[in-house]
Amino acid sequence: MSKTSTKSADTAKAAINKDLSKEEKQEFLRTMMRIRRFEERSLRAYQGKKIGGFMHAYIGQEAVAVGCCSLMGENDHAITTYRDHGHAIAVGMGMNEQMAELYGKATGCSKGKGGSMHFFAPDLNFWGGHGIVGGQIPLGTGLAYALKYKGLKGASMAFLGDGAVNQGAVHESYNLAALWQLPVVFVIENNGYSMGTSQARSSAGELSKRAAGYDMSWDACDGHDVYAVREIMDKHLTMAREKCEPSVVEVRTYRYRGHSVSDPDNTYRRKSDIEEYRKTKDPIQTFQQRLIDEGSITAEEATKIDKAARAEAEAAAEFAEASPWPTVEDIQKDVYWEVDNPSERKSTGRIFFN
Amino acid sequence: MAEEIENDENVVILGEEVGEFNGSYKVTEGLLEKYGPKRIVDTPISEAGFIGMGVGASMLGVRPVMELMFWSFYSVAFDQILNNAANVRYMSGGLINCPIVIRGPANGGTNVGATHSHTPENVLANHPGVKVVVPSTAYDAKGLLKSAIRDNDPVMFLENTLLYGVKGEVPEEEYFIPLGLADVKREGTDLTIVTYGRCVLHSLEVAEILEKEHEISAEVVDLRSIRPLDIDTVLKSVAKTHRVLIVEEQKPFCSVATQVAYMIQSEAFDELDAPIKRLSTIDAPAIYSPPIEIEQLPNPKRILAAALEVMA
Repeated sequence: MSKTSTKSADTAKAAINKDLSKEEKQEFLRTMMRIRRFEERSLRAYQGKKIGGFMHAYIGQEAVAVGCCSLMGENDHAITTYRDHGHAIAVGMGMNEQMAELYGKATGCSKGKGGSMHFFAPDLNFWGGHGIVGGQIPLGTGLAYALKYKGLKGASMAFLGDGAVNQGAVHESYNLAALWQLPVVFVIENNGYSMGTSQARSSAGELSKRAAGYDMSWDACDGHDVYAVREIMDKHLTMAREKCEPSVVEVRTYRYRGHSVSDPDNTYRRKSDIEEYRKTKDPIQTFQQRLIDEGSITAEEATKIDKAARAEAEAAAEFAEASPWPTVEDIQKDVYWEVDNPSERKSTGRIFFN
Repeated sequence: MAEEIENDENVVILGEEVGEFNGSYKVTEGLLEKYGPKRIVDTPISEAGFIGMGVGASMLGVRPVMELMFWSFYSVAFDQILNNAANVRYMSGGLINCPIVIRGPANGGTNVGATHSHTPENVLANHPGVKVVVPSTAYDAKGLLKSAIRDNDPVMFLENTLLYGVKGEVPEEEYFIPLGLADVKREGTDLTIVTYGRCVLHSLEVAEILEKEHEISAEVVDLRSIRPLDIDTVLKSVAKTHRVLIVEEQKPFCSVATQVAYMIQSEAFDELDAPIKRLSTIDAPAIYSPPIEIEQLPNPKRILAAALEVMA
């Protein structure tokens, strides 16, 4: 297998993009804006000590999750890293249950038991939100295994960061996917830094090219252009769905904030690097301008969408604030299926200890 | 396993050498021929990869029964078993469950050295979210495994290579043994020996000697399941005998016996006529030297001495 190619000079003209309606294009913009405003509001809440633990902002990478998840059909699934808020919004999770989860409230998407790194929505084919670097990749491979086992025509998108490519579990998954021809696309969201260590200081060679060693197709694209992401992902998702052919796609993106809230982001890159990217490649600004230029939206309409996104995030914070905490009794719920479904319990004996 | 493969089309057996090789210990012998490569899948030596893959597949409703050639290899799949399978239900607020079984041998006594002789039932049971089962007889193994495969939670099933060769009555017909139900393998009135796994067989042997040579009537309680744990059967026996020896093929620090001893003293202190005694594997990595490894593990001689100490 080799590098796939055929990127359009104008990604808007790619087959998957050229027939998009004005409404569909506006929806991509809206979802990206909603992710950014949600993240900004979350960071504010974090600084206001409303949120505990870690939080990894997706700001700057919005076009990746939106581009990829916009292609999901009934039997397509997604699983990602701890930087999961963007994917959660992109698959259709609401801001309220996400913000409430960040606040640790009972109304959160995981009832306050998962936190920022562990959002799930199996009803939307979204399987988390995983805290250990690369640990979700075998699971994503398993989703693909299940699709093939059940004879369903779908694909699994297993997202990982550039820092995860050196984890053994990722390589083991590559091998299994290629060996058994599982319908999975490994999507490396390469934001250039594994925490504070640049790609040059952590990883040998071209990241997606490692797929060649496992006889898988691979490719790379720019991640600030939602059309480019859709074009490349459509191709690889189709290979997975139609031919059960796995592949690795590297999407080059950039994060504006530190690795997490605990990263002051002043040691390993310059503020001017971030500013430069923001000025020339911001995924929301560039897409908005493109839509204005082609007449798919007016500046006023775009502003209105953005305002609505801010208001939605603000309302989510209010919802979270007003929501109740889980109780001490809740701690031991959702541990075992059997305990949560007592009428169907078959085991006996003591299952919790003190 | 064959019955469960036939019962549910989502049950799939995966592991190293489970198919063409007929199983490293022949546990899956003949299954590939009978059920084909979709249901019986040989995996590469890649425990983190294939165990994690099974966990992921189970989230979508496949019911993988995965063989670890040795449970000792759980350490290379630790993150997949104990971070992913054990936690995903909790972290998703109960939205996801993992109906997966991971099975294989976990024992010493075969002269394979420290890397291949781990008995991780205590480590596994320390993770809420998983269930842990350790059968001692062929009869129990069938009934417990069938229950484990139908269970909607992840079940860790720990067998023993030295028991694979021990023959026992196994009815052809279908039966289930619920997880979390201990079994009194021998009734007695003077001493309760709480144990599980291969140590059950040693303990039964010792109980005979105690009866014949020391006029001590020992009751042997086989836990069978570590989590859930049938402490009630243990307490009932203690109320009858008032003396307890716990025998395990574990290193003593934070072992299963430690937990059981804590629970007995906490819940039946007034019933005890003597301190609870624990007999574990001698606390060191598993020694290779064949005759000395026998001495490192609980064996009838060591169990007898410990039992007499409790009765002293």
